[in-house]
Amino acid sequence: MHDQLFAIKGVREGLLVTLSATEEWQIVIARLGEHFDEQSNFYTGARIIVDVGQRPVPKYDLSSLKALLERRGLMLWAVLSTSDTTNDATNALDLRTSAGSFVPGREDLDDGIEISPEETGSSGVMLRRTLRSGRTVHSPGHVVIYGDVNPGAEIIAIGDIIVWGRLRGNAHAGADGDESAVICALDMIPTQLRIAGYIVTSPAEKGRKARPEVAQVRDHQIVVETWE
Amino acid sequence: MGAKVITVTSGKGGVGKTTATANLGVALARMDKRVVLVDADIGLRNLDVVMGLENRIVYDLVDVVEGRCKLRQAMIKHKQFPELYLIPAAQTRDKTAVSPADMIQLTDKLRQEMDFIVIDSPAGIERGFRNAIAPADDVLIVTNPEVSAVRDADRIIGLLEAENKGPGRLILNRVKMEMIRKGEMMSAADVTDILAISLIGIVPEDENVVPASNSGVPVSLNEHSRAGQAFRNIARRLNGENVPFMQLDENNGFLQRLARLFAGGSS
Repeated sequence: MHDQLFAIKGVREGLLVTLSATEEWQIVIARLGEHFDEQSNFYTGARIIVDVGQRPVPKYDLSSLKALLERRGLMLWAVLSTSDTTNDATNALDLRTSAGSFVPGREDLDDGIEISPEETGSSGVMLRRTLRSGRTVHSPGHVVIYGDVNPGAEIIAIGDIIVWGRLRGNAHAGADGDESAVICALDMIPTQLRIAGYIVTSPAEKGRKARPEVAQVRDHQIVVETWE
Repeated sequence: MGAKVITVTSGKGGVGKTTATANLGVALARMDKRVVLVDADIGLRNLDVVMGLENRIVYDLVDVVEGRCKLRQAMIKHKQFPELYLIPAAQTRDKTAVSPADMIQLTDKLRQEMDFIVIDSPAGIERGFRNAIAPADDVLIVTNPEVSAVRDADRIIGLLEAENKGPGRLILNRVKMEMIRKGEMMSAADVTDILAISLIGIVPEDENVVPASNSGVPVSLNEHSRAGQAFRNIARRLNGENVPFMQLDENNGFLQRLARLFAGGSS
């Protein structure tokens, strides 16, 4: 304990600052402020949990502690106390209260702080084969084909269409009217392309070379561009 | 060991299914194989005509299936090869007279006594096609180097894959090297580029084919016919032999080789 006024230790949720329950509040707070000033680089950005023990801390005191910490780039996150007065003040400032479990029922606040590394995607179907004439794929999501889409074959997707191969058949992306849908292919020579309500056919090109292209709607028409 | 059931199909009509079936049958028989050809094109039979056996028909496939005769009674023996038989299609019925299960039952009875059972499929993708492929161990898809025939072949391969019979092997029929050289006809490479299945043979256009079919003596019996040679090679490949592809260019000068290179390097 620093002069028996406070103790600081790292916990899973952040920094746990235990304040003396008996020493004069103003002195404890002033000393704590000085300590954070000295170590500012070390603590900057930290989430602070203050344990005041049995001391009743009125709202204005708690508020000034919060402001003192914020001035030093620290965030007061929770206040632990056995005093009802303190807990009321903590609640009034919309901070976490209580010991041990940090406020059951208010864990939704975690969502803003702990960011899940998991990206949420959207679903679709994957086909690992060549889609031949007369075959169709319908999907309420996206469609991915690992193979060619031959003339006479048809893909209809509510979402996007990706063809890792040659697209020579028909493809309709954004079939429910989503104009932001895209169609990608390693070689784009479709019989017909549709995105939402738009429709294009491939221009006849002599001596074209296979190259990956992306089709999307821009200015009310389907534009096909080389993917780079 | 039982026979191998090979179905010859195409989707599109007129590409040479019956010609191929007859020629492969004769070519296999020449190799001393026991062969039975089955015409599954009920209502539009013509394999018997091409084989020169039309006037010998007493019973047909539907008679066998419906129990009016024994299987042996419907098997017409070829004039030249004692181990080559034809089971003709009925002319007065339609494809619904036979089911895929009937075809499996029929071929199962033949397997023990034969080396090859070759089924000539009708054009189209309906009941007759399903009858023809139901018992198949191996499927040969006949196509011509034309966009419409290739499109239909692609459809057929898709259906074969869906029925776990695929993808089959390709016979590219009626190839005209001269036109490929001029860029007027799809080359073998152009066709396999779309179909993505293996080739078992390339048959050149040959004016001997039509008179041979008309006279009931398939062209593979003609030693001098290039189409006949191509069919004989396919028969040997079916028998598991490794036969190199024929050189289709009669003229093999430098300029022709160069032209072939630009046409897609097919042979």
